[in-house]
Amino acid sequence: MDKLSHEVWVYIEIKNDAIAEVSLELLSKGRKLAEKLGGILKAVIIGDDLQKMAEQTFQYGANEAILVEHADLKQYKTMPYSRILSELVKQYQPRIILFGATFIGRDIAPRVASNTLSGLTADCTDLQISDVTYMKKEYPKLLLQIRPAFGGNIVATIITPDNPVQMATVREGVMEMSPLDVPVNGKITRIPYRAEEIDTLIQIIERHQEKCKVDLKCAPIIVAGGYGMGSKENFKLLEELADLIGGKVAGSRAAVDAGFIEHERQVGQTGVTVRPKLYIAAGISGAIQHRAGMDESNKIIAINIDPEAPIFSVCQYKILGDAMEVIPALIEAYKNKLK
Amino acid sequence: MTYNSIVLVKQVPDTANIFGDVMKPDGTVNRAKLPTIFNPEDKVALELALQVKDQYGGKVTAVTMGPPKAAELLKECLYMGADEVILVTDRKFAGADTLATSYVLNKVIEKIGNFDIIFAGRQAIDGDTAQVGPQTAEKLGLPQITYTEKILELGNGQIKVQRLIDGGHEILLSKMPVLLTVVKEASVPRPFSAKRVMAHKNNIPLQLTTEDLDVDLERCGLNGSPTKVYNIESVVLSAGEHESIEPTKEGLGQLIDKLMNDHIFG
Repeated sequence: MDKLSHEVWVYIEIKNDAIAEVSLELLSKGRKLAEKLGGILKAVIIGDDLQKMAEQTFQYGANEAILVEHADLKQYKTMPYSRILSELVKQYQPRIILFGATFIGRDIAPRVASNTLSGLTADCTDLQISDVTYMKKEYPKLLLQIRPAFGGNIVATIITPDNPVQMATVREGVMEMSPLDVPVNGKITRIPYRAEEIDTLIQIIERHQEKCKVDLKCAPIIVAGGYGMGSKENFKLLEELADLIGGKVAGSRAAVDAGFIEHERQVGQTGVTVRPKLYIAAGISGAIQHRAGMDESNKIIAINIDPEAPIFSVCQYKILGDAMEVIPALIEAYKNKLK
Repeated sequence: MTYNSIVLVKQVPDTANIFGDVMKPDGTVNRAKLPTIFNPEDKVALELALQVKDQYGGKVTAVTMGPPKAAELLKECLYMGADEVILVTDRKFAGADTLATSYVLNKVIEKIGNFDIIFAGRQAIDGDTAQVGPQTAEKLGLPQITYTEKILELGNGQIKVQRLIDGGHEILLSKMPVLLTVVKEASVPRPFSAKRVMAHKNNIPLQLTTEDLDVDLERCGLNGSPTKVYNIESVVLSAGEHESIEPTKEGLGQLIDKLMNDHIFG
């Protein structure tokens, strides 16, 4: 087992010329994993003009930043980014590589895993290091990759026992971001970029990127509706309540699939993870994917007509009743308090 | 100029309709009890391939890897308009994770050959990993465009595609052959054609097993899968510490008072 590396790598994603929040979250988690592993944390950044970003990774615990810098690498492209990363992985054989489960992470990670024949687990909600006995063999300090599966009816722990490299993508907002008081005195390693023919098979013609119109992640209060709201029309009630109490409206995947609300407002494993001061779940039964996206909210009010609804397992305040009656009553009660 | 497409499709358990007896007491899933459906985004991928065929001509081949029962899905592909269908099935393929799956699919695609575009759904609803498309593209040494929303243009050996990105979209021009993964917003799958149902209802799809493919068995199925399921827990819901609030004027009024005291409101 001595042959195995003890390095934890985080693939650093760049968003609006800065490190994406999810990458900082992963550095914070990666530092803890590296400590358990008795190893070191490295940040890998591909792009252009990366010096400042490299220094920022030291503040989040990276011992080393591996930079591949070139003017041609300014914007993310599957090729050459995945090719570059695959080559680095083959050369250095890190023990663990973490990616954000973002558009970019989900584009690059599978290619690198396929190229390097590494195990890859998508959308983890927790990561731990543990000694494992699997098929009567002992595996010290494996990465436990924990994720909901099968429509959220089960939670699976995935391991990659026999491969040197263990890869995982992790949802945004799941891991806690914790900058160090004193940054690590890290080292910067620059790797030269050499273009190859495959890098130019795809060209970017144009790119439109707006700052997200609906920033649920920053909202202090979220009023979310589920399939139990019954119709798009009924979501107006949630908007009325949200306007009144200074919140934003969101929905569960079932509500999005039913067309009650747009996809950008979906909370849960395949949507946004949120931690508002108050989360009101109206007519949401609370499949684990949904709960994974909101169960760290400071306070949760759950309104549901089904006493067995799983959402009640994570709430502080349970209101058993029809959301269509409870929400207007809540609006009324709030207005009375303001008088 | 005509274009040939290969579409990767999967039969999946209908995860939106899981009821009590689907979960076994030990927390594993009783797949036999699960209704199966055409993975929604794969169906949209097939629709896009058929649109390319309608406009430019060419052949559409649908491929699935799965148990013999997955032949049902291939019939649906024929009913929608696929020209050829292939069932990749062998017990030695069972238990494959995304890496082992992409290894076999890449061997199947090499065997089919003569294609311009490979289509796949972005992800399957039973795993939501979105990995098999990119992993297959990598094995074939092809470029990929994930999160495809729209095909804008085809010509001169190139394809122009609009794809979703974080907070917007981008337009890419790719040389063919290329692999596209398709999001559900891209199109609405066409209904079955009655004529095609009549023509193909007794069709038995071409089957490929390990015997027909140039595969290394160590890279197939469970053997070829680096990721293993170590533990599965069915989601046991704890009673949780919560306070019940009566949905009455008084009850809700008290709740609002509490939240105001906690400085959540106001």
